[in-house]
Amino acid sequence: MKKAIALLTLSAAVASAGHASAAGVTLTIACGAVGQELELCKAGAARWAAKTGNTVKVFESPNLTNDRLALYQQQLAAKSSDIDVYQLDVVWPGLLAQHFVDLKGKVPAAEINAHFKGIIEANTVDNKLVALPWFTDAGLLYYRTDLLKKYGYTAAPKTWAEMATMAKKIQDGEQKANKSFSGFVFQGKNYEGLTCDALEWLVSFGGGTIVDSSGKVTVNNASAAKALDTAASWIKTISPAGVTTYGEEEARGIFQSGNAAFMRNWPYAWALGQSDDSKVKGKIGVAPLPSGGARNAATLGGWQLGVSSYSKNQAAAIELVRYLAGPAEQKIRAVEGAYNPTIQSLYKDQDVLKANPFFGSLYSVFTSAAARPSGPTKGKYNQVSQAFSTAVSDVLTGKSKGQAAVAQLATNLARIKGTGW
Amino acid sequence: MTTNATTPTRTVVKTRGIEAARARTALWLLLPTLIAIALVAGYPLWRTIFFAFHEANLTTPDQVRYVGFQNFWFTTEDGVGIGFLQDPKWWQAVKNTLLFTVVSVFIETVLGMIIALVVNSNFKGRAFLRTAMLVPWAIPTVVSAQMWAYMYNDTFGLIGNGLLSHFSADGKGIALLADPDKAVWAMIAVDVWKTTSFMALLILAGLQSLPSDMYEAADMDGASKWTQFWRMTLPLLRPALLVALVFRSLDSLRVFDVMYVMLGPVTSSSTSMTGYARLTLIDNSLLGMGSAVAVAIFLIIMVIVVIYVTAFRVKFD
Repeated sequence: MKKAIALLTLSAAVASAGHASAAGVTLTIACGAVGQELELCKAGAARWAAKTGNTVKVFESPNLTNDRLALYQQQLAAKSSDIDVYQLDVVWPGLLAQHFVDLKGKVPAAEINAHFKGIIEANTVDNKLVALPWFTDAGLLYYRTDLLKKYGYTAAPKTWAEMATMAKKIQDGEQKANKSFSGFVFQGKNYEGLTCDALEWLVSFGGGTIVDSSGKVTVNNASAAKALDTAASWIKTISPAGVTTYGEEEARGIFQSGNAAFMRNWPYAWALGQSDDSKVKGKIGVAPLPSGGARNAATLGGWQLGVSSYSKNQAAAIELVRYLAGPAEQKIRAVEGAYNPTIQSLYKDQDVLKANPFFGSLYSVFTSAAARPSGPTKGKYNQVSQAFSTAVSDVLTGKSKGQAAVAQLATNLARIKGTGW
Repeated sequence: MTTNATTPTRTVVKTRGIEAARARTALWLLLPTLIAIALVAGYPLWRTIFFAFHEANLTTPDQVRYVGFQNFWFTTEDGVGIGFLQDPKWWQAVKNTLLFTVVSVFIETVLGMIIALVVNSNFKGRAFLRTAMLVPWAIPTVVSAQMWAYMYNDTFGLIGNGLLSHFSADGKGIALLADPDKAVWAMIAVDVWKTTSFMALLILAGLQSLPSDMYEAADMDGASKWTQFWRMTLPLLRPALLVALVFRSLDSLRVFDVMYVMLGPVTSSSTSMTGYARLTLIDNSLLGMGSAVAVAIFLIIMVIVVIYVTAFRVKFD
């Protein structure tokens, strides 16, 4: 009995010692290292550390999304406690949900509700809030203000058909002097980027989101087929045949060197297009992506912060995530790095709008962005996305037609779904 | 009689004893190596084979379910085939990998032989040329692949827009990488550009070991250079050539980086077996099925090696 009491007091002492040092814990955060991301992440973590007396180490993860996911999967599969806070892509919560702490109830509801509803939904899997949004992304239409004026247009196109007409006219005119000029460039390579682009076409034509929120495969419909056929009609008329091999950077390279009238890309292309070495500096306009008849649609992208279930300092890690995803930090990141905030009120902030003028006018694009079906399809999202982008790629390269492609895709998705997502 | 019989027996026993002792020593000396191999090669291989017969997810490898050969071949009640051997994309990958291997290794061997014969002859600046020809091989594949991807671009690429636009109907560039079946040929070009010099180096090493007095004698006998090549050089070069062939074929069958960089994860999964394995295992986190694919690749390569070694009687000494 004495022994047991001694043991109890000892363990209590150890526990309280643990609590006493809780103010001085060391956390590790894995954040991206693309462009300014790393410096901003380090600076933000340092600000929190200085305020709370903790220490934050920054783990540099690979640049490529796929490689980063592979690394995270290894860490999480090994239940490693090395990394406390992970930066997660918006399509990963479904895939990795079981490895993360449920932030619902641990973060005040008002704080959660300050973020865009759509992004919170994308981070919620089976009623569990996997991560807090950090910054967001949505597809945008970039256009050349000087060329639109030159060919007698006063505003950006409202519909895809209008865009195709404008692009064709500008392309025909410009090609007299510049053989490699094209009307419209986008992400046509068979990868995650094509899934994003094609989802925008689908939603804008009213063709649904491949798989709906209840997990039902909805892609086999006439609007979706029409959306894909429309996109295929651009190839070789207003877009180069090689657009089916372009990712974000290839498209940006062509647009930024003055060889395209329109481009679909993410907000990051804005800051780079306005840099001094850009040939189109001061000639870029940004507009919502055109509508196919149903609505203007942009695919939701962006990154979130989640706390690992294997973290030894979860309470402190949650505090760090709350701070980094909070308004003060998101404002600094928006002003210094043009990262889109996920907090609605920041889109009315004068400092933010001064640094990024289009944030204000395109507010609705960011609030109504369409989420990829990563929530309902969970761990099988990547397979769904590949099946979809492959079907779209087949239509774009002329191997199949919209109607046949969506029908075949529905069969493939049923196979992937198997007995359930 | 008895003494006569026993003496030789004793000698035999004695030698056998020495041999056995030697074998024991050798075994002890080899033991650390064997343990190291078992740990770094045997264990992962065993785990891969283990997972090939289980259903498992990459993020939760401790939750496994035995499924037998289902990862390879399984038809559900609805008649949907979900084994990877039932996936047409896998067979497209196999077909493209074999095509890639056969064509690129053939071209590399022929070109490598020609280059080796040239740099084997005596001329000024030979040492410089021997070094310079290795430059493409020395560039990391990831770098050269990205470089070629830019060159193949149909809008600004040196090849895609510059060279090929002369052959297209509308005078515009051609997008070689858009279609997996066409892309394989673009990949072959990159591989030939990169590894021909390595092939040449291997063949050159073989050529260097041929005795020069034999050629002097052939010259005296009045054999033409052509006859000398077919009757002397080629047969004597056979062992070196075959080793080089096996090396390059195995490398080509395992091709991954050049395709992954230039085509991305999804398209490269229809052009290379390894790309298909990576997509299944990493991107789709299907640990079980991905391991099954890896086992299949291992078996395919092993069969090809056995065919090579037996059919050509390659000696690795």
